Amino acid sequence: MNDVSQPADAAAPAPASDDPVRETKLSCRGLWKVFGADEAQAKDVIRQNGGAPGREALEEQGLTAAVRDANIEVQTGEIFVIMGLSGSGKSTLIRCLSLLLQPTSGELIFDGRDLLGCTDDELIEIRRHKMGMVFQHFALLPHLTVLGNVAFPLEIQGIPRAEAEERAARMIELVGLDGRERDYPSGLSGGQQQRVGIARSLATEPELWLLDEPFSALDPLIRREMQDEFLKLQKMLNKTIVFITHDFDEAIRLADRIAIMHSGDIVQVGTPEDLVVRPVDDYVREFTSDVSRAKVLSARTLMRPADEGATFAGDIAPNARVIDFAAQAVEAAQPLAVRSRSGQLLGQVDREAVIRVLAEAQ
Amino acid sequence: MSLTDSDTRTLPTGIAPIRIVWVATLAALVLLWMLAQNVEWIADPESVVTIPLAGWISDAVKWLANDLTFGLFTFKDLTRALAWLLEIPLTVFITLLSSGAEIPLGGESSLTLPPIPWFSILLAVTWLCWVWGGRRLLLLAAASLVYLVVFGQWESAMVTLSSILVAVPVGVAGGMALGIWAYRSERVSRGLTPVLDLMQTVPIFAYLVPVLVLFGFGPVSAMIATVIYAMPPMVRVTMMALRGVSPELLEFGRMAGCTRRQMLWRILLPSARPSLMIGVNQVIMLSLNMVIIASMIGAGGLGYDVLASLRRLEIGDGLQAGLAITLLAILIDRMSQAYIAYRESPTATRRAQGVNNWAMIGGLVLVSYVVGFVFPSLSTYPEALTLDTSPFWDELVRLINVHLYTYLDAVKNTLLIYLLVPVKRFMLDVPWLAVTLLLGVVGWRLGGLRMALVVAAMAAFIALTGNWQKAMVSVYLCGISVIIASLIGIGWGLIAARSERAYKIAVTSVDTLQTLPSFVYLIPVVMLFQVGDFSAMIAIVLYALAPAVRYTAHGLRRIPSETLEAGRMSGCRPRQMLWRVRLPLALPEIALGVNQTIMMALSMLVITALVGTSDLGQEVYIALTRSSVGHGIVAGVCVAFIGMIADRLITAWVARRKKQFRIN
Repeated sequence: MNDVSQPADAAAPAPASDDPVRETKLSCRGLWKVFGADEAQAKDVIRQNGGAPGREALEEQGLTAAVRDANIEVQTGEIFVIMGLSGSGKSTLIRCLSLLLQPTSGELIFDGRDLLGCTDDELIEIRRHKMGMVFQHFALLPHLTVLGNVAFPLEIQGIPRAEAEERAARMIELVGLDGRERDYPSGLSGGQQQRVGIARSLATEPELWLLDEPFSALDPLIRREMQDEFLKLQKMLNKTIVFITHDFDEAIRLADRIAIMHSGDIVQVGTPEDLVVRPVDDYVREFTSDVSRAKVLSARTLMRPADEGATFAGDIAPNARVIDFAAQAVEAAQPLAVRSRSGQLLGQVDREAVIRVLAEAQ
Repeated sequence: MSLTDSDTRTLPTGIAPIRIVWVATLAALVLLWMLAQNVEWIADPESVVTIPLAGWISDAVKWLANDLTFGLFTFKDLTRALAWLLEIPLTVFITLLSSGAEIPLGGESSLTLPPIPWFSILLAVTWLCWVWGGRRLLLLAAASLVYLVVFGQWESAMVTLSSILVAVPVGVAGGMALGIWAYRSERVSRGLTPVLDLMQTVPIFAYLVPVLVLFGFGPVSAMIATVIYAMPPMVRVTMMALRGVSPELLEFGRMAGCTRRQMLWRILLPSARPSLMIGVNQVIMLSLNMVIIASMIGAGGLGYDVLASLRRLEIGDGLQAGLAITLLAILIDRMSQAYIAYRESPTATRRAQGVNNWAMIGGLVLVSYVVGFVFPSLSTYPEALTLDTSPFWDELVRLINVHLYTYLDAVKNTLLIYLLVPVKRFMLDVPWLAVTLLLGVVGWRLGGLRMALVVAAMAAFIALTGNWQKAMVSVYLCGISVIIASLIGIGWGLIAARSERAYKIAVTSVDTLQTLPSFVYLIPVVMLFQVGDFSAMIAIVLYALAPAVRYTAHGLRRIPSETLEAGRMSGCRPRQMLWRVRLPLALPEIALGVNQTIMMALSMLVITALVGTSDLGQEVYIALTRSSVGHGIVAGVCVAFIGMIADRLITAWVARRKKQFRIN
């Protein structure tokens, strides 16, 4: 499993040529979380097996691994989605990344700092200022108003109430709940409650924003609306995001990159397009088979070297999705030019290629 | 039952050994019984050995009270300091509410400050009741307080209220502190749970004896006993409430960077508050329940009035004071529940918005206090206008005894001759070894070897500490009462489960029954049947009825409607629905109700010692009057063990049954 995920990892940064250069914000290497009677024993088993014990080796000892040898690098400003069905280990992984659960072994680096070496006090400081988390069932404090909930993380840092409430009010406005500041969570709809959760997690202006299935408990229509708002917020705030979901469509809509988990393993990490075009195994292929390819395929994948002296009907960016330029391409008599941001001609996309993708989607 | 059958069918190898066990047990029982005629030690545990545990405990407590020293201070100093600490707030409340104060102004002159007059308290309480609970609660409060004034119970009631006002916060704070400690440390939790089990099953009287020896006779020791009695549920509720806080909230707290202290005070306790309030309510009710009993070691007030008149068999007086306690209990209970609902209601729907409640009350009390101070004649309710109904009640009792005596006595004697006495004889006749063996085998079948050993050891403890005969009397009295209470209770529960309205009526009546202090049940029973086992039985049945009703109704109502529809679609007649679908599914819940009924019966059993039983309860009561700590505690622990044996066996059975049904 591990070997298979390597090329995917290597392939992931490939299309970065004209993205701004990004640095790694959060990374983990060889991260394990093993549940069972005895954690120390689990550590031994992992060490004895060269850091990669098979399932049998663990089960013999009555242990189960919820996260197996996870390696990820989340880059500054990206939306990194961890996708998996229930029991795949995604919730455990995000809890290891936030140290809500102590990983059994491995290393965890945040902002160049080894999180596993932090003292409790240091960890409290990091969480107070650099991390924010949104929970699946909102985790609002029932005895506080909307304002009180959002101001809570600020108040426990010792920020005076007036200032905390003023900052909280700004966040509430940001998520579109102004006017409901004095309401209690019990009087809000699910969508509104999660807006409070989002406002609260952003109140401390964290750099790393963790979202644990934030929209899974919401109705499909509300979910869609919240996804749009989430993207809007991210455009404005540009946080580094780890987002957990079990919904592949959600993952594709939101993600810059997706890590797919399956029974504790990270099977593949890549852009939505990577997963669809180059699935590493049948499990990933199964997931992506229902995805409309027009939504994920980019001009870069579809283009071929430009013909000498060809004339073009228009220009598109290399990372434009087929769905965005399909109408333009189908109507035009000439192919479209794919140009980098600096205007350099990278290739051309033919009408037939677009039609083929669209036809496949049917 | 059919499930058990199918189980044995799928496990054919299991049949034979199980049957053999039961046959062998039966044979052993019969054999033991026959042997008991000739072999003394089978019949009479005292011929084996009697462990002088009671003496040891008495000596130990004496040593605690007289000789134990921590160097700088002795144990006695410690208890004295504790008592002194509790006496301060108690004195403050009594001064404010009941006695008033005299402030010396130098020389001969002094300023007499009267207590807060009755009408100030009436005004303040009714105001609060209106804000919290609306007009219905207001009327209840006004009626109850007016009763206290008009029937001359005011002063006693205020003494009782003072001790409640101190005992409840102390009990709540202590219970919460222990609960938090147990929540944080698995080890403390594991150590505390059996202690709580024991404390909740040891009869109240047994607490009184050591408290009496260590703290002496007086209102403060009565209050300490009250706190000890009322605290265990608060510990339990706190542990459960904190464990019930959603794990996501805890994760949020950690992600927000809460310190341990912030986690406790700003996340755990506030979000557990609704559950914690249930514990507070329990502490209040148990404290009120203790009012009469605590008067045995020196509490004054209404409890003392009831106890004194009960001892003199002045039914009328006892009834009046008993009613006063009952009204006080119901009022405080409803007020605390209304307050919980009020706290949880959205701000916009509350009454008297924009008014600062506590300022309003302070103002009301202050103004009316000044009025009372200026016109002292107003502040005491005129003696001439008080009513006294006790002659009426005494006359009623006399009339009942004159005219109905024959019938009542016939009922009583019939039941005594054909039910109570034969069962009592039988229980006394069964050899102790046979009972212990049977309990062991049942325990083994239900919960394995460990359970068998625990249960048999408890039975042996009762036998070998010299309490076997008395324990059997307790078992007989309690057993009969529980069976009767369960039959009535389950019947009532069946009716209550039929409609929403019947359910509401049942729940309200049962709630009210449970609000009454256990002592109050004795008054009418003694009125009608004099003292003795029969009166005791009736009082126990009345007191222990509530849980059987509640659990039965609840168990029947929580059967999934799909299951009932499946039953109807299979063509069940109403009778078949009841016997083949509803009752079997509700049985585990009903069993839990019966379990609670047993616990309540045992706690009442001890109180019925006052009406002349001859069981373990009497033993505890006698120990109390003689300040014999060891006897009291050992007999109390024996009562607790009877309860725990029943509890362990029933709980194990329920767990097995639920596992079969795969319900949680």
